[in-house]
Amino acid sequence: MEFLYDFSKIFLATCRDVLPIIILITSFQLLVLRQPIPHLRRLIIGGIYVVIGLALFLAGLEKALFPLGKIMATQLSDPFFIYGTDEVVAQADWKAYGWVYLFAAMIGFATTIAEPSLIAVAFKANEVSAGTIKQWGLRLTVAVGVAFGISLGTFRIVTGTPLYLYILVGYMIVIVQTIFAPKSIIALAYDSGGVTTSTVTVPLVAALGLGLASTVPGRNPALDGFGLIAFASLCPIITVMGYAQYMHWQTKRSLNKHGEK
Amino acid sequence: MILSIILEKLRNALTDLLPIILVIAFFQIFVLKQPLPQMGEVLFGALLVVAGLTLFVQGLEMGLFPIGEAMAHALARKGSLFWLLCFAFALGFSTTVAEPALIAVAAEAAEIAGKGGLIDPSVDSLKQYAFGLRMSVAFSVGLAILIGVMRIIRGWPIHYLIIGGYVVVMLMTVIAPQEIIGIAYDAGGVTTSTITVPLVAALGVGLASTIRGRSPLVDGFGLIAFASLLPMIFVMGYGLLIFK
Repeated sequence: MEFLYDFSKIFLATCRDVLPIIILITSFQLLVLRQPIPHLRRLIIGGIYVVIGLALFLAGLEKALFPLGKIMATQLSDPFFIYGTDEVVAQADWKAYGWVYLFAAMIGFATTIAEPSLIAVAFKANEVSAGTIKQWGLRLTVAVGVAFGISLGTFRIVTGTPLYLYILVGYMIVIVQTIFAPKSIIALAYDSGGVTTSTVTVPLVAALGLGLASTVPGRNPALDGFGLIAFASLCPIITVMGYAQYMHWQTKRSLNKHGEK
Repeated sequence: MILSIILEKLRNALTDLLPIILVIAFFQIFVLKQPLPQMGEVLFGALLVVAGLTLFVQGLEMGLFPIGEAMAHALARKGSLFWLLCFAFALGFSTTVAEPALIAVAAEAAEIAGKGGLIDPSVDSLKQYAFGLRMSVAFSVGLAILIGVMRIIRGWPIHYLIIGGYVVVMLMTVIAPQEIIGIAYDAGGVTTSTITVPLVAALGVGLASTIRGRSPLVDGFGLIAFASLLPMIFVMGYGLLIFK
């Protein structure tokens, strides 16, 4: 019974998310385009699938994975677990947080693989590139980027170094990569930064960030708890362009070899 | 026949979910050395997630992608730049303004600003601040999709715009109040919801494949990138305007 209540609440919330889109599209169809939409029935069924699917997905996450993930994030950042004593530690030792970095990386990777928006973009990219961009190739590359980003982000919270320095360096790397990367991948790479962080990643990662910022000595949750999502948006851009560059060089090299023969 | 297709889709969804299960199980058992609590609940939840993801992906192919592309084609054929840009802005604005993640972030930002003494810490002024922040982010996402659509039509190279945006972000970081920076950077990531992303991607690709001389791969993507970048600038700008 309680579950049905939870599910209907999530279902209604998902419907509310879709409502502006439905209003927008119908009003444009009726007022501006004044044309019937092709395959309307199929579209409506598809839309219903999306809403029910997303609601089930979110309800399942709330039921099973979020509570567990959030508890684990707090447990792992608990000073007692990290230092093994109850004594108050005045200065955070960044070397003691190994498990936290590893957990951050792995949870970043795992949630990105399950992220529905990334599945959508990978599907589209595969279709548009006529199969040269593999769905799993893109998703794995982005997930590695998020893993590295979240891990680096937790390191930043532990050490308390300023966020903008990391972002500045990240932007520099992106700019340099943009000059060398194959032109066809650039737009997709920039996009992959934004799609990584939505329904699955944000709640777990936010719990980790706030948990760390409130337990690491000398950190202020208000100032240091944020920023993990920024890392998770920036690093995939770098890994996607890096991977594209690597593939580009590989094909070039093998082409050159063939040329010499 | 149909059964095998359904099984295939379920299997795909299960593969998508497997890493999370493995990570959580590994840390729970080997690192924290605690048993998995409420196995039944967790399994039931995981089952829902797999079923949900399967339906979502199916609906994506049947509903969201086709409607996004159909709108792009119809608007491009109509040939009215005004209505196309209207649609782009409205899509960005309307899907962002009610986004739960954004509402949560805005409320949190208001609290931080109130505690930091940057704004009047009374309830009314906090609410007003959170509302203003939400509006400015929604407006910036609308504007971002609009600029992105303009880019596809005119064929501007994306990297100049994005790198230009990065430079603005860095300059704003120097002058913006320190308290707002973390939230501003995160705001970029939380604005694009799971339903908006496929729709916007389909819109971009649909437009780029309709307009002659544009490649769907080079020009069709990039809308989401703008929608992640512009909110950062607007949130910091809002901080500069409001804080004294």
